Amino acid sequence: MQQTGSKVNGAPLNHLVIEPPKGWAPLELKELWRSRELLLFLTWRDVKVRYKQTALGAAWAILQPVLTMVIFSIIFGGLAKLPSNGIPYPIFTYTALLPWQLFAFALTNSSNSLVGSQNLISKVYFPRLIIPLSSVLAGVIDFLVAFAVLLVLMAYYSIGLTPAALLLPFFILLALVSAMAAGLWLSALNVQYRDIRYVVPFLTQFWMYATPIAYSSELIPLKWRWLYSLNPMTGVVEGFRWAILGKSSLDIYSLAISTVVVVAIFVGGLYYFKRMEAGFADII
Amino acid sequence: MSDIAIQVEHLGKQYKLGGRQAGNLTFRESMVETIKTPLRWIKGQRQAQQTTFWALDDVSFEVRQGEAVGIIGRNGAGKSTLLKILSRITKPTRGRVDIYGRVGSLLEVGTGFHPELSGRENIYLNGAILGMSRTEIIQKFDEIVDFAEVDKFLDTPVKFYSSGMYVRLAFAVAAHLDPEILVVDEVLAVGDAEFQRKCLGKMSAVAQQGRTVIFVSHNMGAIESLCQKCILLKNGSIAANGNIEDVVNAYLSSSKQEVTTPVSLRTDRHGTGRLFFEDIKIEDGKIRDRSLRVDLTIQNQCKQEFKNVILSIVLLDHLGRPLSNLVNYIIDKPIFVGADGAKIKITMNNINLVPGIYGVSPFLSSDTQNGEIFDWVSWAARFEIPDYDYYHKGHIPYIKGDTIYMDYDYEIF
Repeated sequence: MQQTGSKVNGAPLNHLVIEPPKGWAPLELKELWRSRELLLFLTWRDVKVRYKQTALGAAWAILQPVLTMVIFSIIFGGLAKLPSNGIPYPIFTYTALLPWQLFAFALTNSSNSLVGSQNLISKVYFPRLIIPLSSVLAGVIDFLVAFAVLLVLMAYYSIGLTPAALLLPFFILLALVSAMAAGLWLSALNVQYRDIRYVVPFLTQFWMYATPIAYSSELIPLKWRWLYSLNPMTGVVEGFRWAILGKSSLDIYSLAISTVVVVAIFVGGLYYFKRMEAGFADII
Repeated sequence: MSDIAIQVEHLGKQYKLGGRQAGNLTFRESMVETIKTPLRWIKGQRQAQQTTFWALDDVSFEVRQGEAVGIIGRNGAGKSTLLKILSRITKPTRGRVDIYGRVGSLLEVGTGFHPELSGRENIYLNGAILGMSRTEIIQKFDEIVDFAEVDKFLDTPVKFYSSGMYVRLAFAVAAHLDPEILVVDEVLAVGDAEFQRKCLGKMSAVAQQGRTVIFVSHNMGAIESLCQKCILLKNGSIAANGNIEDVVNAYLSSSKQEVTTPVSLRTDRHGTGRLFFEDIKIEDGKIRDRSLRVDLTIQNQCKQEFKNVILSIVLLDHLGRPLSNLVNYIIDKPIFVGADGAKIKITMNNINLVPGIYGVSPFLSSDTQNGEIFDWVSWAARFEIPDYDYYHKGHIPYIKGDTIYMDYDYEIF
């Protein structure tokens, strides 16, 4: 970190200009990078506190996707007999639940992240982007735990990894970026309109059914497939399935549309957030 | 090549009050407002009325590197807003600030502390939040723990700490921030006297190392001991900017303006007014003999007479804090107010107050069951105790920060 006495040896001091905000603010990604340690600290804090407080702790990261899988398997797989691309229904749905849970976690936790940190925002400065980002990153731990369970399931169903698995990091990244994109919009909007966080649970429910988790996107008639792909999680989920299980109804068009939508929402979210950031401390 | 640390030019900050503003709106309401707006526009009305006020208005000043500057002013003068802008927490509405160097802000102790985490974990968390890098925190960890005196409790969750320990730990972390510019807001208001002394000591050390310090406080003693320069804010603007003594005096004299109004013309008084103070005069001719007299004239609005009224003169210091209550019945001096009022003279002897500005608030009530307050005027008159040789040793005693003179003696063996 900076040492003093820089005035003496002529080394330039950090020059900062503070001015009234003018519409669209610059992203200041360099500053964000410099604060990466704080991002990790806040994520670590969120994870630690969550695990200290809940009685189930890490078990919850496993129970949630597993129980959902069980219920879906009974109702949609067993009773409704929805087709699952020739893959055993439980693992068919579990592979989709994995990235979905990361996304849903982000929706819920990030929407209130800024308002929940109002004492920080009104007392200390650091790039505010860190707050929703850290609340999303905290979900990665749960994701990793649930991923371990996935490996167990794969062993159980004797499903080996195909070369498609090499693309898994891409889909994980896509899932993460979708989660962050949603987080940026929701957290910033919630500061202005406090009822957003009450909309989120409903939004999450609805979104889950609009995503091919309990069913395959094959069910959607071809002519509506493009509309369906506007849901960024469609590409993420089907892509995930394809990477892990080797087969899914993923088509390149679908994936391309979803990816473009994700990136657009993410970049839009960054700019919207930075624009609103100047006013957070005043209205929070 | 300038050695300016902070340059503030025409800074202004406007807040909107009341009305419908972001943060109070729900999404539904905002939709409704949007629909209403075209209607309102057609009707020729402007956007829903909102009061605004300027928390800071055209503030300009500069701070050189290595200076320790105090910022004083009444509550609501804009001090905290100024600090928030300097700390990048909020943006100005107008103007510009140039800052040369890293800024570390202490606007509160324990920002970001989480009760479930241990002391050790909170040191790392709080340090990171304040802007220290992980290596920096590791380096200073032992110093921080020593300063806070909590090493036995490092691994206990902070929710089990006493409030004293909590504050000590929080300040210990903040005290080891090493920015070029330190901005501090009244954090010394927390904790006990011992702790406050420690904090002030640490801040003096920081200032002496050549760092720039901006310090907001209501504690004139702390300001005077730490800072060389001082800025007085009043209603969002700079009222004075210069050396400590001048500015502090400007503050003290401006804060007592109702003094010039004769008590009979004062309208901001309390009580039924059936009896009231018509005149109050302070005779300070004998002040060097440590004696003072307050002459009061009470008028009677009613036809009736009042036996045994309670009269009190509350003696106040320059900040309006009560020092002593000079009540008549405590010294067995019953007062009778006839139809044409009363005249009372109150003498104070053996005054041991330090030189400064003082005020009196006279208070009159009945001593019957209902305790009717007849009249009560805050700061009805003021007087000044000049420098004087209390101890009769031929020189004026040093009184920085003192409130009274004490008669004392030493025996040396």
